[in-house]
Amino acid sequence: MENPYLPYPVRIDKIITETEDRNLKTFRFVFLNPEDEEKFAYTPGQFAELSIAGKGEIPIGIASSPTEKGFVTFTVNKTGLVTTYLHNMNEGDVMGIRGPLGNWYPWDEMEGKNVVIVGGGFAFTTLRSSIISMIDPANRSKFKDITVVYGARTPGMLLYKDELAQWEQRDDINMHITVDGTDDPDWKYNTGFVPTITEEKVTNADNAIAIVCGPPIMIRFTQPVLEKLGFPPERIILSLEMRMKCGIGICGRCNIGDQYVCKDGPVFSLAQLKEMPSEY
Amino acid sequence: MTDKIFSKEEWLGGIEALRETYGVFVPVKDGDFHTFMPLSEGKNPDFDYQNSRLSPKSVVYPQSERLFEYTLDKADSEANIVKESPKDYSPKAVIGIRPCDVHAFQIVKRNFDNPEYRDPWWVQHFESTTLVGLGCNEPCSTCFCTEVGGGPFNQEGLDAFLFDMGETYLVKGLTDKGEALLGKITGGSPADDQALKNAEDLAASASKKITSSIPTDKLKEKRTNDLFNAPFWEDTAFACLNCGTCTFLCPTCWCFDIQDEVLGKEGDRIRNWDSCMSPLFTLHGSGHNPRDNKFQRVRQRFMHKLKYYVDKYDDGVQCSGCGRCVRYCPVNIDIREVCKLMNSF
Repeated sequence: MENPYLPYPVRIDKIITETEDRNLKTFRFVFLNPEDEEKFAYTPGQFAELSIAGKGEIPIGIASSPTEKGFVTFTVNKTGLVTTYLHNMNEGDVMGIRGPLGNWYPWDEMEGKNVVIVGGGFAFTTLRSSIISMIDPANRSKFKDITVVYGARTPGMLLYKDELAQWEQRDDINMHITVDGTDDPDWKYNTGFVPTITEEKVTNADNAIAIVCGPPIMIRFTQPVLEKLGFPPERIILSLEMRMKCGIGICGRCNIGDQYVCKDGPVFSLAQLKEMPSEY
Repeated sequence: MTDKIFSKEEWLGGIEALRETYGVFVPVKDGDFHTFMPLSEGKNPDFDYQNSRLSPKSVVYPQSERLFEYTLDKADSEANIVKESPKDYSPKAVIGIRPCDVHAFQIVKRNFDNPEYRDPWWVQHFESTTLVGLGCNEPCSTCFCTEVGGGPFNQEGLDAFLFDMGETYLVKGLTDKGEALLGKITGGSPADDQALKNAEDLAASASKKITSSIPTDKLKEKRTNDLFNAPFWEDTAFACLNCGTCTFLCPTCWCFDIQDEVLGKEGDRIRNWDSCMSPLFTLHGSGHNPRDNKFQRVRQRFMHKLKYYVDKYDDGVQCSGCGRCVRYCPVNIDIREVCKLMNSF
């Protein structure tokens, strides 16, 4: 009988320290059994349980894009038991991945529309997956304008700095990188909080969908900005976090009302959230 | 299907013989209470009971269960690779389970065996178990099975059924699984029409003894957020100690935790029953907790059973009316009263 709790064995292929505080690292995994990579077919917005024998499992958004083959990546904030252990693991070590889990951003709905991506801090992971997927030559024509507002506290706290610089050079994606503050005289991008920069740079909600991912405080202040710009709640898409164990809607702990964040989410529209208890 | 009469002695001898084929679970008097235990030397079944303190849900869903195992020994080429633990799915039989606890299995099945995912352990334990029910001649004052879609002689979900007729048991086979089990019990005599009628009369008179009236008819039409934001939750939760007795005893509570445990270089991944009464249940790694306050956890328990479940499955409430949480709550929080508050809000 198929066992949805059984992780695929993987090897840590590469570890990249992303931020100046060294609290965020990106882990690139390669499946030990190549056929498992096909079974792990995912869509941007989904997550997986990273599984470490002897420590446990943690739900983490998938940072790589399905257009990137041969590996899968996750960016992990050092927080608790499992993530702290993971941060001390080495390239070549063996662990597990269980998934893909949850739903994804509404890709069918997004086709033919302008896409506005608003991200903050280390919640940029599934947004990276989405951007890489959207700007892939096979997919770019499916979307109209792509606008990205991404902020972190300081320049050193931004994820994926090399890729951000590459995207800045492209003319098929409007990048608005920002930091809360910096004393770096060479900083060439924006300074200001994400909601403020969103209000300045995003001028039009016509035929547009906004995907918002970030810390609760950023989400709280970005929502009214988007609504003021004219985004109806159906076209404001959010990804939630919750304590999880099983990841498949069975163990019962990540519910908001009758929805399980692990299985029915993590992606919800603001319209959906307004009908759900505010318990997240 | 079989309809047979056994003397009580004959029946006890018969279930003893079942041990050759089945792991047999029976109610055993254990101090002041009855508990379902494996039938073995010195464990004498006692069917003269109202209900066991704990339902036999652990036969299918153990309180603590090893799921996976692994070695951390670097010398082993399979180190750190998680493997399924071997399992014993040989036939089991629960004899004397009350209809409310069988109804609870039907409720819980929706969670563990759903169209998207099948929990391999729950499903295989459940499929390997034969359930032989025992009708309730004398329901307790806290019983309200009839109010939540069940009844003291409800045969739904059962493989065979026992009527306690005083000196004898009338035994009915209900499924192929039940017939297979009854086929292993020798003796007995065919039940005649009069005996069957007596059994029906017994069932009818038992149902009348349940006098609770707990309407659940309006729960579905209520707006979730109206109930969630209702003013009575602080009051309902006021005396609660968050001890978790209600969730521990509840035959329809299914939440679990998954933990890794290591001894030396060998480790297991196990799951344990968990409780939404604990603040750790929802505590995020960041320190944020969406259910930080006691009343939020109490509200979650009742909203889950009486509203979220109702909305999700559109087939009754997530409660079998066994009344355990009512009987054993140390501060007398009563789901029947909460249900009335919610239904009439």
